[in-house]
Amino acid sequence: MQTDLLQEARRQAQICNACRYCEGYCSVFPALHRERAFGDGDLTQLANLCHNCRGCYYACQYTAPHEFDLNLPQALAELRRDSWESYAWPQPAARAFHTHGVRIALLGVLGFAVLFLLIRVLGTGAGNGFYAALSHSAMVAIFLPAFLFPLISLAISLRRYWADVGGEGLRLSHVIGAFASAAKMKDLAAGHGEGCNFEDEDRFSQARRHIHQAIMYGFLLCFASTAVGTIMHYVFGLPAPYPLWSLPKLLGLPGGVLLTLGTIAMILLKRKSDRALGDEKAWGGDMAFIALLGFVAASGLALYALGATSVMPLILALHLGSVLSFFLLTPFSKMAHGFYRLAALIREEQKKRAAP
Amino acid sequence: MTEQYDIAVIGGGNAALCAAMTAAEAGARVLILETAPKPYRGGNSRHTRNFRCMHSGPLGPLVEDYGEEDYFADLMKVTDGKTDEHLARLAIRQSEQCLPWMQEHGVRFQPSLSGTLSLGRTNAFFMGGGKSLVNAYYRTADTLGVEVKYEAAVTHLELNGDRIEWVDFTHQGKTQRITPTAVIVASGGFQADTDWLTRAWGDPAKNFLIRGTPYNRGVVLADLLDQGVQSIGDPTQCHAVAIDGRAPKFDGGIVTRLDCVPFSIVVNKNAERFYDEGEDVWPKRYAIWGRLVAAQPDQVGYVIIDSKSLNLFMPSVFPPLKADTLEDLAQMMDLPGDKLAETVANFNAACGDTSGFHPTELDGVSTSGIKPPKTNWARPITEPPFYGYSLRTGVTFTYLGLKVDENAQCGTDKGPIRNLWAAGETMAGSILGQGYLAGFGMTIGTVFGRIAGREAADYAN
Ligand SMILES: Cc1cc2nc3c(=O)[nH]c(=O)nc-3n(C[C@H](O)[C@H](O)[C@H](O)COP(=O)(O)OP(=O)(O)OC[C@H]3O[C@@H](n4cnc5c(N)ncnc54)[C@H](O)[C@@H]3O)c2cc1C
Ligand code: SF4
Ligand code: SF4
Repeated sequence: MQTDLLQEARRQAQICNACRYCEGYCSVFPALHRERAFGDGDLTQLANLCHNCRGCYYACQYTAPHEFDLNLPQALAELRRDSWESYAWPQPAARAFHTHGVRIALLGVLGFAVLFLLIRVLGTGAGNGFYAALSHSAMVAIFLPAFLFPLISLAISLRRYWADVGGEGLRLSHVIGAFASAAKMKDLAAGHGEGCNFEDEDRFSQARRHIHQAIMYGFLLCFASTAVGTIMHYVFGLPAPYPLWSLPKLLGLPGGVLLTLGTIAMILLKRKSDRALGDEKAWGGDMAFIALLGFVAASGLALYALGATSVMPLILALHLGSVLSFFLLTPFSKMAHGFYRLAALIREEQKKRAAP
Repeated sequence: MTEQYDIAVIGGGNAALCAAMTAAEAGARVLILETAPKPYRGGNSRHTRNFRCMHSGPLGPLVEDYGEEDYFADLMKVTDGKTDEHLARLAIRQSEQCLPWMQEHGVRFQPSLSGTLSLGRTNAFFMGGGKSLVNAYYRTADTLGVEVKYEAAVTHLELNGDRIEWVDFTHQGKTQRITPTAVIVASGGFQADTDWLTRAWGDPAKNFLIRGTPYNRGVVLADLLDQGVQSIGDPTQCHAVAIDGRAPKFDGGIVTRLDCVPFSIVVNKNAERFYDEGEDVWPKRYAIWGRLVAAQPDQVGYVIIDSKSLNLFMPSVFPPLKADTLEDLAQMMDLPGDKLAETVANFNAACGDTSGFHPTELDGVSTSGIKPPKTNWARPITEPPFYGYSLRTGVTFTYLGLKVDENAQCGTDKGPIRNLWAAGETMAGSILGQGYLAGFGMTIGTVFGRIAGREAADYAN
């Protein structure tokens, strides 16, 4: 990891530890106040506990032009991204995307092109519905590895993270505690439950929390829809397409709508925020990734709406292409944050319980 | 200037904002003139963390009861009786209604901060500290239609008989004059004017650090006193504490405090001890150490601890100097090495049985046969590495201020000034003659800010 980022986070953490005024805002501060000296692993853990709500920036009496120059949200955001990059596997891809929005876009286009070509070359017309454009076995041949790769990659990264932050053996109770706070996005509410200081300086607002919830639950619904579809296909021998009143559709449609609207809203909201309070270098990469996620959702909905028309193969290529890029990018983009955050929350549960 | 305001509020800290919001809610057209630029708005209030509040039964974050008599007794203890009882009781009684009022105006409280649990009954802590309180008040004031001018330094209030005729201020390089119906002064003390402090205190004051804002220079206070407005408070008095000697000249705030003195020996630049470091628990002693250090050559002290004490106190903003031998530490701190070795040796020899050592209680573990003694927590300085901090005098606020009555109204020898009120630090001397009780500054500002806002709006209507 980059020593200058660690050094800067350490400098600021020491000031906060002498001040403690922000103790109530989030779980970063109680965790911070448990330490007296900050090792690299401690700082990495703090960085991954922070969700960049910015409350502690606007409340801070030491922000620039004060010579202490506090900007904890920025310091932790930069360190956080650096930690993801240094734990990522395989390393050649680690630093290729977070700070390179254009490359994310290019990978997206590449995904379309591959799918488009495959449909042209392999399109057999033998199956029903979408499988008429691309056979089921071809889809599996592409997407099974594309799905397994990020899982393996993330597992390796998270192991590295866990070792660095001194994580202990997992217990169910730690995991339950962590999930409980993630599900409610407790921290995004700020200590007093009025949200983040994001889009309008020091005004507290729930916008970011609600939008993030729409994206997270939208994503999970879409994911559940795909999972249910897979089970129906293999276990019950019921292949797609599914009717409106089927489980995959009932999960997928609202999921797709939530995800599409959520990502659009997030892009608009982020544009209003002050870039200097986050990781400025990752701005483009984050935006491109959110856009890609939104595109996955929107093209999925379009596919449903236009599945019976002649443009279906084109939309299918766009949709599957974006899904492919999305999967491949997951370990190397903002998407990784969900996994790290969960790990950080579990580690925090462990530490809380170990504290006197 | 064509705009006409009912009320001009001078200053942009807690007292000013409480006055402005109250007056605006009563229908007045209010202008805040704040000399600081926006990032530094809020004066010393941006450095605060809590507010002392009377209550019967749990209130907001506060537990148990804290009645008027308890509160008043606590105040008398620290001021040695130099308190205006009538105004003090008024502030105490009204503090109870202030807490919910503060919440309604956007302030959020939190349970006592770690390391300050003993204050859970008496002091309500602001979530995010004083700057978040100030931010919330500016937001609320804005929705109430209060106008704010930053970098607007008030230079003169024209007193004519029993009325303020106009207010002069500089803004964007130009001098401007307004003629508000009423004026509220809430521009703090004069501690940031080193020349004034030096006139009052003598040369040592040049080496004092100012814990809070550089903008409280007492310009308006001096202007009004020159025109015969009644003052109160001893000009030579200021509240000063011992802070880390490496703190910036201004605005170092809370993080520059050092809590290690009770576990240390403190020497001056000649490497001599000069006071009992273990006289009492630190929260009861940090204020007198401001004066003790001010009385030493070059107004500086040096704290020396050994490794066994390093983790007994709250971490502070600058890491201590660290050395494996006392000689090296002396060199790093520019102290005479032989003398320091001798002082430490004498101190160590005077230490006795340390088995009763207890860091959070007066443990009676004391020295014998040296002067000054150390009467608690006296353990020999023997285990390397050794650590050192420097100490300087950090001024919190000054006591000289405007004398007000129970309506926060100012006056001259001839009687009240019809349209001039004062709130906060600038009139706190009307209540406290000396000493200070944690959290009482914000109580005075909130209570008298609200009174001043109410009275001024009444007058303007
Ligand atoms: C580090 C520190 C910590 C503290 N902690 C606490 C605490 O926890 N609890 C507590 O109760 N008290 C605390 N105090 C004391 C507290 O800060 C004061 O009692 C309180 O803030 C005074 O409020 P005020 O509004 O009167 O003055 P301030 O908040 O200082 O506001 C004065 C305002 O006047 C403006 N001003 C000055 N001159 C002019 C001019 N000529 N023209 C226009 N504007 C002008 C200044 O810019 C400033 O905005 C602390 C003080 C310090 C320094
Ligand atoms: S961010 Fe600023 S106000 Fe908050 S704890 Fe850190 S130093 Fe204190
Ligand atoms: S930005 Fe928000 S989450 Fe991050 S440390 Fe500050 S208050 Fe906590």
